[in-house]
Amino acid sequence: MSTPAIELKGISKAFGPVQANKDISIRVMPGTIHGIIGENGAGKSTLMSILYGFYKADAGEIWINGKKTEIPDSQHAIRAGIGMVFQHFKLVENFTVLENVVLGAEDGALLRPTLARARAQLKKLAEEYELNVDPDALIEDIGVGMQQRVEILKSLYRQADILILDEPTGVLTPAEADHLFRILESLKREGKTIILITHKLREIMEITDTVSVMRRGEMTATVRTADTSPPELAELMVGRKVLLRVEKAPARPGDKVLEVRNLSVTDDKGVKRIKDISFEVRAGEILGIAGVAGNGQSELLEALGGYQSATGTILVNGQPIDLTGSKSDGRTRRDRGIAHVPEDRQREGLIMDFQAWENVAFGYHHRPEYQKNRFLMDHAAMKADCERKMERFDVRPPNPMLLAKSFSGGNQQKLVVAREIERNPDLLLVGQPTRGVDIGAIEFIHQQLVALRDQGKAILLVSVELDEILSLSDRIAVMFDGQIMGERMPAETTAKELGLLMAGIRGEAA
Amino acid sequence: MDLMTFLQLGDSTFRLSTPLLLACLAGLFSERAGIFDIGLEGKMLAAAFFSGAIAFVSGSVWLGLLAGIGASLALSLVHGLASITFRGNQLISGVAINFLAAGLTVVVAQDWFGQGGRTPQLAGAARFQNITLPFTEQIGHVPFLGPVYVELISGHTFIVYLAALCVPAAWWLLFRTRFGLRLRAVGENPAAVDTAGISVVRLRFVAVGICGVLCGIAGAYLATALQAGFIKDMTAGRGFIALAALIFAKWRPWYALYACLLFGLLQAVALRFQNINLGGFVLPVQFMDALPYILTVVILAGFVGKAIPPRAGGEPYVKER
Repeated sequence: MSTPAIELKGISKAFGPVQANKDISIRVMPGTIHGIIGENGAGKSTLMSILYGFYKADAGEIWINGKKTEIPDSQHAIRAGIGMVFQHFKLVENFTVLENVVLGAEDGALLRPTLARARAQLKKLAEEYELNVDPDALIEDIGVGMQQRVEILKSLYRQADILILDEPTGVLTPAEADHLFRILESLKREGKTIILITHKLREIMEITDTVSVMRRGEMTATVRTADTSPPELAELMVGRKVLLRVEKAPARPGDKVLEVRNLSVTDDKGVKRIKDISFEVRAGEILGIAGVAGNGQSELLEALGGYQSATGTILVNGQPIDLTGSKSDGRTRRDRGIAHVPEDRQREGLIMDFQAWENVAFGYHHRPEYQKNRFLMDHAAMKADCERKMERFDVRPPNPMLLAKSFSGGNQQKLVVAREIERNPDLLLVGQPTRGVDIGAIEFIHQQLVALRDQGKAILLVSVELDEILSLSDRIAVMFDGQIMGERMPAETTAKELGLLMAGIRGEAA
Repeated sequence: MDLMTFLQLGDSTFRLSTPLLLACLAGLFSERAGIFDIGLEGKMLAAAFFSGAIAFVSGSVWLGLLAGIGASLALSLVHGLASITFRGNQLISGVAINFLAAGLTVVVAQDWFGQGGRTPQLAGAARFQNITLPFTEQIGHVPFLGPVYVELISGHTFIVYLAALCVPAAWWLLFRTRFGLRLRAVGENPAAVDTAGISVVRLRFVAVGICGVLCGIAGAYLATALQAGFIKDMTAGRGFIALAALIFAKWRPWYALYACLLFGLLQAVALRFQNINLGGFVLPVQFMDALPYILTVVILAGFVGKAIPPRAGGEPYVKER
């Protein structure tokens, strides 16, 4: 057996009281794709950041190609042949692709000869690995898929033999993800070693040779991908059996609850983000809005939620709601039976520095049950109410006095969902309900949404996770460039067809 | 207006633009690296005092210049420690430096020289002398070009020419060298620089250091070239006008030159035309003195258009978790 390209021995790392990595050992053979899977906060990214010299491990050894290697900073990692593509790209937005690629790896003090040499090098790499990018384009002008290629090119330009990708498909369309996987396959053929960090089981099964599972800072298993299955991996990740598919009865749609006619939204830069769209959601059904992030879904939720000005008509239970004036705000909408779980819980859903009981009352704090008299609020009632909701939604730890930011992502989301669902709304707007939420909590939140639907409520679900859309929705609308490209029934469509619609391709071919 | 008035106005514009330009370029290096510096004023003031004081004591303007640069660099180091090493608020650090310099220069000047917070008058080798460029004799007789060369181009101090050379030098350094690429990158996205294996802290300290040197030269110019000695608050808001020019110039060296020439011209006009008679109504001298500052506000409010500052400006760099 050959020497492993990477071998980590007993890596440990703590951030204050939080043990992010506990005694982790791992071996990755050269020329293979190794997956690291785990829930959010399981310590995957920390481990890779240690390997890339971004953090320093408290204990443990790193061996590269059979040699013990110290990696105190990224410069050493680069010299050891390690390249990393971070989840959030590390690119200078107003630099060109070429400038970003050479930054930090310039081969001379003068820029022009350096850039000329890099241009030639880039051309070679582009031909070799299907990595075509215009070297003179500004980063801010190219899409995320392209930006990711620039990140990969950066690593290859530094002659990386080992490439680490952290959640690379989170921002990509299915077609872009397929392209990425083709690139990874061709890198593998050239003998490069690839580590893929993800929480998506499908990707692990599709592309990796071996896979390691992490849970709460520990490595729970390393197996050959061919010898395992998604349910087994999910169980290893969460520590118990998990239902990967949502079980639900067929929908029984009733009356129209939400009717949107000719809705348009123009942002403050004068760009039309939503272009004249119309749709409806009936009682007892979930309408899923699919699409790549940034195609108007956020604006749609904001417009419906009452904090984005819009033109057109919105009817709730047949009655129009105000789109302008003092009655167009979120509070009026909540009073009309529209509840909203916003896309970004940390910015729009919660106030991170406030306590849980305050957060659970927000938006409904004016309701009579929270008032002691005309002037004072009834804090005791609010805390008791929060405690009840925490228990019902299994929020851990169930302590209303904790700050919102001290809960994990999944528990934060449960707080928001509890606040909105427990109000028994006629219409629930949900954006990215499970973004950054661990598998166990995803299962719970999905069950709650289906239960609400079965009570005859209308749900508008916006998600960039196609799997989520496919498994929850009773009807699917695909948004692209501010328009609805088409509606499909989940049983009559495929991820591939939806992927094409998401990319704006509507044709007989689909 | 005859040619001579015109040339004198231009001549005075160059003199008055020089400290603005040096301070503006100083701010440019600092802010391009992501460190906002509203302490330009304080650094210039400290440099003005120490250059004036040392030049008087030693009798050498060059020692004075060195002392000015040293004083300005020391304050830069304070700003760097506060805002880079300890990740403090850059505005507060800058304000503190301005207060410190405004108070300390006067107190120390009073203690050393006992002349009410000023240094004694500088003369001879303790001041920068005007340099007469070669061939003034020969070219001087050529109509138009001659007077332009003699009055406008020739006869400035060393620092005026130095400041002019700093513009192409700054441009070249920023846009044609590896160092410049990294400096601009660290002001836009320090995480990109960090993951590329370059020290963000070191790069930012170098930038702040360059800022200190340029501010030091600007301050020394005020006390040892533009005027003969240090007086209380002699920077008179030039540090802030330089910041305004920097925004007007959109953080670009050549634009900085144009912006500073414009502000310099405004000051020259104010000095030259004290009471302007507008058909029976006399504009008071105070108005003319205030004009450069008023126009600073007007220009910044109305004519800048969209100026996008370096994206990581003002924020200390912390590795994200």
